[in-house]
Amino acid sequence: MQPNDLEHIARQIRLRDLQAVVEAGAGHIGGEMSAIDMLTALYFRVLKVNPDFPRDASRDRFILSKGHVALALYVTLAKRGFLPWEEISTFLKPNSRLNGHPNSNKVPGVETCTGPLGHGLPVAVGIAKAAQLTGAGYHTYVMTGDGEMQEGSNWEAIASAAQFGLSNLTLIIDHNRFQQGASLSETNNLAPFRPKLEAFGWEVTEIDGHSMAEIVPALEHRGPRPHCVIAHTNKGQGISFMQDTVDWHHKVPNAEQYKIALAELAEEV
Amino acid sequence: MNAVAPVKLHDCRDAFVAVLERLGAENDRVVAVCNDSVGSSKLNGFKKKFPERLINVGIAEQNMVGVGAGLANGGMLPFVCAAACFLTGRSLEQIKADISYSNANVKLIGISSGMAYGELGPTHHSIEDFAWTRVLPNLPVIAPCDSIETAAAVEWAATYPGPVFLRLSRVGVPDLLAPGHVFVPGRANLLREGGDVTLIANGTVTHRLMKAADLLAAEGIQARVLNMATVRPIDREAVIAAATETGAILTAEEHSTYGGLGSAIAEVVVDAAPVPMKILGVPGVFAHTASAEALLDDFGMSPAGVAEAARALIARKTR
Repeated sequence: MQPNDLEHIARQIRLRDLQAVVEAGAGHIGGEMSAIDMLTALYFRVLKVNPDFPRDASRDRFILSKGHVALALYVTLAKRGFLPWEEISTFLKPNSRLNGHPNSNKVPGVETCTGPLGHGLPVAVGIAKAAQLTGAGYHTYVMTGDGEMQEGSNWEAIASAAQFGLSNLTLIIDHNRFQQGASLSETNNLAPFRPKLEAFGWEVTEIDGHSMAEIVPALEHRGPRPHCVIAHTNKGQGISFMQDTVDWHHKVPNAEQYKIALAELAEEV
Repeated sequence: MNAVAPVKLHDCRDAFVAVLERLGAENDRVVAVCNDSVGSSKLNGFKKKFPERLINVGIAEQNMVGVGAGLANGGMLPFVCAAACFLTGRSLEQIKADISYSNANVKLIGISSGMAYGELGPTHHSIEDFAWTRVLPNLPVIAPCDSIETAAAVEWAATYPGPVFLRLSRVGVPDLLAPGHVFVPGRANLLREGGDVTLIANGTVTHRLMKAADLLAAEGIQARVLNMATVRPIDREAVIAAATETGAILTAEEHSTYGGLGSAIAEVVVDAAPVPMKILGVPGVFAHTASAEALLDDFGMSPAGVAEAARALIARKTR
């Protein structure tokens, strides 16, 4: 699949995500839009996964540690065939298996329940360590938010990944520069991430997280050490009035805004 | 007069690691995960035999539990071993989300639980762990009473395809169960029959109840004694039978009286068979400086203390 195709798929996923947020009256649309290009690249190009056998032992693993953007993962999984496309309309509805944070016991393709921040990376370290012990060839990916990196458990895991020499682990930091209440820089500014990860013994690649031409090679890169991809992204990417404003962490567009957003995304699709 | 042979006391960690090392030899998916606690978890033997399968994450309990969940996802059978106070207290959210909610096949082994660290003080006591863990779905909570039950519970946990919290001590206890005992989760063991009152405990306290029952028997009071290792799921049937057949239940545990074994039993009693109850344990305080055994005595769980509480309880019986 070529970058152009991936861009096309990403736009379709953005559109369905926007519609579902409006239908459900909730979601974390800003962080969903920042992550969708990478989710698309993972599920339509990089990950060796099979929707018909979601628990196949040799599958590549992906953990969405920033579990609050579950909807973006659900739409991506549905687009890839892990769940029915129509099921997205049940998002947050009573008894839907698609609640606000992904549940690995209910949703095929989800590896572990996430939601509380700072959980995905330690679990990913364990998955990668298992492959190191058994000689399994799968690769483990995990995506955190940049604000999420404020959780100390991530740094425990970063240190142990380096100690274990987990060359089969890739951490993607969705560096959209905003957290729930304010910008990263106003809150607890861990940026720049590169020197910190490098100090812990990781290899670091910085990319434009909305450029497939940069995303794909970064995710496919293999080296001798754990790899961190710092993806510079925009919160609300693809919808002009949402872009880079803290307001759109989990706001729902009103009718007028929805019309504008639909037009912008549809135009591209 | 014949001399009474001293009762042999067992550190249940030895029983745990003996089974773990055998499981490790039989199954190369068995791994031990720890937080720099190789010595205190008695994992040196495992480390020597299977160095690559001893995964020491260092002093980082949140990561330790998450790594355990990940190892299970990757097909391993992880035993995550750490002092119970840090395992449960420091990593409770990881236990909730990564283990319980995710239903990860991880065995959580809380070492030196209760007040085993005695004089080291309340930071190192783990008298809250029943309360914290037994509210979590999918997670059996088990405190074996002796080395035989410890070994049997570890055997069972290894075959059970889901998470388990096993709460061990380091304080020596005599063997109470028969060799060859098979562990059945959620089922209490009748250690002594009696119809006047039922005494229920687990872990390091069960053997104290046996001695209390001897004291009571000398006065003509016949106490039933149950070992109830499994706090969740609680043995409703045994609790209801104890209530209806003996009319009063005394519980004792090396744990806070808030939210532990006694509370779990009381939940059944009020729901299904109301009778007078007495819950012995640490009465919602941080313990004073003393050894583990002395603290149990000080909190009313010496054999004489239990017998006294049982007499007072029997006086409250209505039938």
